Amino acid sequence: MIWNWQLDGWIVAAGILCAVASALLGNFLVLRRLSMLGDAISHAILPGLAVAFLISNSRSSLPMFVGAVIVGVLTALFTEWIRGVGKVDEGASMGVVFTSLFALGLIMIVQAADRVDLDAGCVLYGAIELTPLDTIKLLGFDIPRAVVVLGSVTVLNLMFVVLFFKELKLTSFDPSLATSMGVSSTWMHYALMVLVAVTAVASFESVGNILVVAMFIVPPATAYLLTDRLGIMILISTGVAALSAVSGHVAAVVVPTWFGYQSTTTAGMMAVMVGALFGVAMLFAPRQGVVIKWLRNRALSLRILCDDIVATLYRRSEHVAADQVRMDDVSMNVEELTETLYASSRQLRSALARLRRRGELEQVDGQYELTDRGIEHGRELVRSHRLWEQYLVSEASLHPTKIHDKAEKLEHFTDRSLRDQLSDATDSPVLDPHGQSIPPERRGDV
Amino acid sequence: MSGKSSKVSSWRTVAARLLLVLLLIGCSESVALAAPASRSIADRSVSWPTASQWRRVLFLEDYNTRVVLLGVAVLGAAAGLVGSFTLLRKRALLGDALAHASTPGIALAFMFATALGLDGKSLPVLLLGATITGVLGIGVVLVVRSQTRLKEDAALGIVLSVFFGAGVALLGIVQQMESGSAAGLEGFIYGKTASMNASDARLILVASGIAVVGCLLLFKEFKLLCFDENFAGSRGMPVLVLDLCLMALVVLVTIVGLQAVGLILVVALFVTPTAAARFWTEKLWRVAGLSALMGGVGGVFGAAASALMPRLPSGAMIVLASTALFAFSMFFGTARGVLIRWLRRFRVNRRVRRRHLLRGLYELLELDEPDSVFRRDARVPVETVLATRSWSRNQLSRTIASAQHEELITLREDSIGLTQSGYVQAARLTREHRLWELYLITHAEVAPSRVDRDADAIEHVLEPELVDELERLLEQQPVHIAVPASPHDSLSPGALQ
Repeated sequence: MIWNWQLDGWIVAAGILCAVASALLGNFLVLRRLSMLGDAISHAILPGLAVAFLISNSRSSLPMFVGAVIVGVLTALFTEWIRGVGKVDEGASMGVVFTSLFALGLIMIVQAADRVDLDAGCVLYGAIELTPLDTIKLLGFDIPRAVVVLGSVTVLNLMFVVLFFKELKLTSFDPSLATSMGVSSTWMHYALMVLVAVTAVASFESVGNILVVAMFIVPPATAYLLTDRLGIMILISTGVAALSAVSGHVAAVVVPTWFGYQSTTTAGMMAVMVGALFGVAMLFAPRQGVVIKWLRNRALSLRILCDDIVATLYRRSEHVAADQVRMDDVSMNVEELTETLYASSRQLRSALARLRRRGELEQVDGQYELTDRGIEHGRELVRSHRLWEQYLVSEASLHPTKIHDKAEKLEHFTDRSLRDQLSDATDSPVLDPHGQSIPPERRGDV
Repeated sequence: MSGKSSKVSSWRTVAARLLLVLLLIGCSESVALAAPASRSIADRSVSWPTASQWRRVLFLEDYNTRVVLLGVAVLGAAAGLVGSFTLLRKRALLGDALAHASTPGIALAFMFATALGLDGKSLPVLLLGATITGVLGIGVVLVVRSQTRLKEDAALGIVLSVFFGAGVALLGIVQQMESGSAAGLEGFIYGKTASMNASDARLILVASGIAVVGCLLLFKEFKLLCFDENFAGSRGMPVLVLDLCLMALVVLVTIVGLQAVGLILVVALFVTPTAAARFWTEKLWRVAGLSALMGGVGGVFGAAASALMPRLPSGAMIVLASTALFAFSMFFGTARGVLIRWLRRFRVNRRVRRRHLLRGLYELLELDEPDSVFRRDARVPVETVLATRSWSRNQLSRTIASAQHEELITLREDSIGLTQSGYVQAARLTREHRLWELYLITHAEVAPSRVDRDADAIEHVLEPELVDELERLLEQQPVHIAVPASPHDSLSPGALQ
């Protein structure tokens, strides 16, 4: 691949500007749950563009922006109106509005196609590859028109976000508080819609009006999974947007050559790359990630299984002490444990290995037995369990038949201080509701 | 009871047999290969149809036109029917994500089929590809929604745009494969009934027929699912299975609708007719029937327009026909239309003003003759009435005219008098007003200076039972005191002795 700064540089610049301009606004769309309204507006600007083309007979920017602002506000207004009048949910009223406007725009563009250099494909997919060909003189440099337009829109959006940061934050998270503080969330809503429409118009030549939705929604959604702070979320989303623009263009040029084809559309690959970045964030985000959550669940279930093994063996030793079973039954083998605890053998093996590493368990001829440290742990667990049972019966007035499962869950999350509190709250009981003795906190105490 | 259940079961057997027949036709149809000859949408110039073209379409002279119109009509009806359930389940835009997510599937199916030496433009192959990635897209929506803290709207937007982007990138490669060979794929984006041949149309017909029959068979179950999912679960209905059935019907109709309407606009088939039907009625089965009807009509008009002017994208025409029906319903709908609501509000306002006039007259007459009974010839000047409330002269004269029309008052030389029936009504209204005022003062502890406005708001909706209740609470004797004395007078310092 030969990188030509004159061509590829400008394409990437246009892509970055378009992606960043969209992502800046997209943060508030995602937070306000208006993502699909962004989608609706970027579809619905089509008739606005078509009318602007028909009136001005050119692709000059000003009529297009005016048309887009009008249509953007109309989309938001119509959606709100139909939702109220027709008593349908927002999604449905949006569906009615944007499909109608898009259909109207499509027909107008097909009608106008013989007069103006424009076709529907260009509106849908954009033509970012043609960016470097259409230049204007600015400060003595030949700069592509799209870069100038997108740059201005990026600056506009940046100013909006920076100047109205407080208002946007307030109206996005707590509209009623905002209203009570004198910030009109309606005005912020429509200001946002106007800018979304303007951004969609500026971007449609580059990435097309469906793929601009990817730039509106996906980078902020990615950032939303990575942080809880709005300022950081905006920063991350612009970073993700810029990264996807660069990698999208590279992928569009490089990937098809692996299969023996020429380059494909940069806009499409930008959407694919931003989707891939979202996928990575979804899987590996430090706190929200699917993989992290899965690992955390695994660790928790392993810990609980270890607790259950220890508690089971401890109860066995109690039975032995009470002469209910024979002396050699104090230990259990793997099969018995599997049967008692309903655990898969793989889970059980890793739990047993872990307990042996911690020195709570020892193995003699395939039989597992608690060490002193294990007995200590088991006593804590069984004490927690029985204290909870006592507490649930005496303080929460539950029926004794219903307390076991609850105590079984709570025992794993009960530490020394909570046990002491439970003991105090239930007047330091000796027996639990089922008549079994509650072991003392330390050996020897009664 | 048993008669009814046997009727239901026989109806279900018939429907099930119909479904089987449709499936058999579908199997035989899907083998047929299609080779649509189409032009790119980029073809310029739309020519007005000639007289012979009009005749051919309007009188259904072509076999092809007949089948296409029928296919699109049934498609519209099926989508309208399925859409009435998805709209109630607030899943209207899931179809949008599904349709957009089918783009890469279409491109991939074309590439694989061509690589294997098959006809890449064979409709069943393309639709199979579309189904696979479409369903995958829905799966991703569900995973994102359940596994992350993002909400439904963001999940839909992500799937819709990223899958469509992948589709566009793949189409960019498909276009390089053999020049012109991918032109037929564009029809899936904008919809192109013109490129549809009879066997494509029959595929649509069969799939839509299956969806219609499926909806009718499971109507009761879907209804419960939409209105009260938890209740349906507690009745022992397999909620998850039903939900999947509904989703499968959406997928079926969306996928076969791609060719006719195009993947950007296919969601309109589900949403617009149902939203339109809700302006006419509140009952689900009527909404479903009406939305199926409107979907069918919209489909026929759109497809006919597309047949007349082949270069117009048929999807846009079908959607605009539906939108026209929607706009008509929105204004003229009998249950919730804008006009009927306006008319209702107008009537209520007029009645309220008439009541205000009557009560105002009564109170003015009462002021003149506090102790005496009503005199037939007692009259009040219009100017005095005007001063009692904040109404404009225009409103007052219109109210007077309507009250005159109802023969409640008489108007002579700028002074108003009550007729016999007007007096009875005025007395009743005043009585209700004062009963409510008294109630608010004694039981709700509202300050006497504020009760008038509160009573004003409620007096127009007081039911006779409520009036009785008020009488009981206030221990008023309806026989002796026709109208209780105004609390404002009795509480004035002079009246307290």
